[in-house]
Amino acid sequence: MKTKKLINDGAAAVDEMLAGVLAAHPNHLRAIEGSPRSVVAKHGPRPGKVGLVIGGGSGHEPSFLGFVGKGLADAAAVGNVFASPPPDPIIECAKAVDNGAGVLFTYGNYAGDVMNFDMAAEILTMDDIEVRTVLTTDDVASAPIDQRDRRRGVAGNVFVFKAAGAACDLMYSLDEVERVARWANDRTYTMGVALSPCSLPQTLKPNFQLGDDEMEIGMGIHGEPGVARGPLKPADQVTTELLDRILGEMNPKQGDRVAVLINSLGSTPLMELYIIMRKVKMTLDALGVEIHLSLVGNYCTSLEMAGASITLMHLDDELQRLIDHPCDCAMFRSGEAL
Amino acid sequence: MTTITADDLKSLIALIAEAMVRERDRLCELDGVIGDADHGIAMELGFSAAARATAELDSATADPTLVFNTAAKAFLNAVGASSGPLYATGLMRAGAAVKGKPSLTDDDMVAAFAAIAKGIQDRGKAEIGEKTMIDAWTPAATACQAAREQGMSLEQSFSAALVAAEAGMEATRNMIATKGRSSRLGERALGHIDPGAASAAVVVACFHAFFSSQ
Repeated sequence: MKTKKLINDGAAAVDEMLAGVLAAHPNHLRAIEGSPRSVVAKHGPRPGKVGLVIGGGSGHEPSFLGFVGKGLADAAAVGNVFASPPPDPIIECAKAVDNGAGVLFTYGNYAGDVMNFDMAAEILTMDDIEVRTVLTTDDVASAPIDQRDRRRGVAGNVFVFKAAGAACDLMYSLDEVERVARWANDRTYTMGVALSPCSLPQTLKPNFQLGDDEMEIGMGIHGEPGVARGPLKPADQVTTELLDRILGEMNPKQGDRVAVLINSLGSTPLMELYIIMRKVKMTLDALGVEIHLSLVGNYCTSLEMAGASITLMHLDDELQRLIDHPCDCAMFRSGEAL
Repeated sequence: MTTITADDLKSLIALIAEAMVRERDRLCELDGVIGDADHGIAMELGFSAAARATAELDSATADPTLVFNTAAKAFLNAVGASSGPLYATGLMRAGAAVKGKPSLTDDDMVAAFAAIAKGIQDRGKAEIGEKTMIDAWTPAATACQAAREQGMSLEQSFSAALVAAEAGMEATRNMIATKGRSSRLGERALGHIDPGAASAAVVVACFHAFFSSQ
């Protein structure tokens, strides 16, 4: 059986989406001429500022291009569905946002993304553009804590991008932006649960099988199998299961502050996300942990997958300042008016 | 003794592209079990782009290196993903291995084939036994070179390569991945063929089919 999608041609889906994004957000975004898969912020890049380039496969909208704008990322390289962009659009992004202070690449830790971004960085280095890379590794389920550098990057990306983008906007040096991005990633933890699969526009077939009454804890944002499959439980129990793993690693003390992101994997509605948020708040209240900021909605999706993820960023004064810094992107705005 | 021209290489790449169209859904299903279900799409896209780009090369002036390099760049830009850098590096190494030759001898062809395997390994940094395409590519290259050194024909050499590639692919069933997307699965990947090894066996089968029909 084929899944139902509002598309014209599976092979054209990414380019048609991009055309729509540019049509909807002409004040925020532009594509680079001759490199249509490179999306650049209209406002943001300026002399002396480090350029922040993010990117990855399509199908995670608003990640990644939705976070391009003043105060956040300067450019995003757009890949095919669930596939890293090749080096060329990454290179064009970097060239467009390099203003002499260097460029930071920040993206999720996946083998394909690493190879393509690394190839781009090698070529840019030959052109005398200084490039640093910080991989996001927030997915607690994807490897044990002692192998943190093998973990995937998932919805927690948003907090890492936000902190790095704010540091760039505040005119930090490349060294400092890199340090902040690493620190933000170290302090960010995500756990997700999937309830039903997604399907690629080119195949229209579910990309994995999950029983009618089952859920899978820890499933990746491309449908990579997670850590445990079992019967679907009530929201509070699932939330507790996810939070326990996060808090077990984060070890927040009474009085600590966190930023919370309750993210839909695509088709799970806000109603369910807010039910999860309620339990997160109750749990953190009981521990005396203060929620400084909460985001609830679609931030890093997996096409039409059902399910959600919880991300906590363990704040300190610096991260709090960076998270609070205003930004104005095509699909995300926060802080005071710019 | 065969003489392999740039046009032959273009036909070989077209043959691989046709095979990937046929194999796309099977490769996606294999990938869906332990990965993100897009491997067949990437391989189809990549080799189709490589076939289109090389078909446009002028037969009068194109040499084998240009065919390999054109295929590499087209594959990479169409795909990205993991297979893009891996196959692009492999194909560029093949181009470098036969640089300056207007056409290829049997030995050159085997050297180019081995260079693809070496390039993929260098880019992905995988070793045998890690449940990747290398488990098919490396034994295929070794078997192909050994057969050729014993004086076997190209058809026989690629027959040996295909046997080794398929055995390597089958062996991935009993491996736990340590590289690539399925490496996060641990023992749950046991019992499943690696899709990258499966598509590598398809590529090797095309080499064999092409040189059997020569």
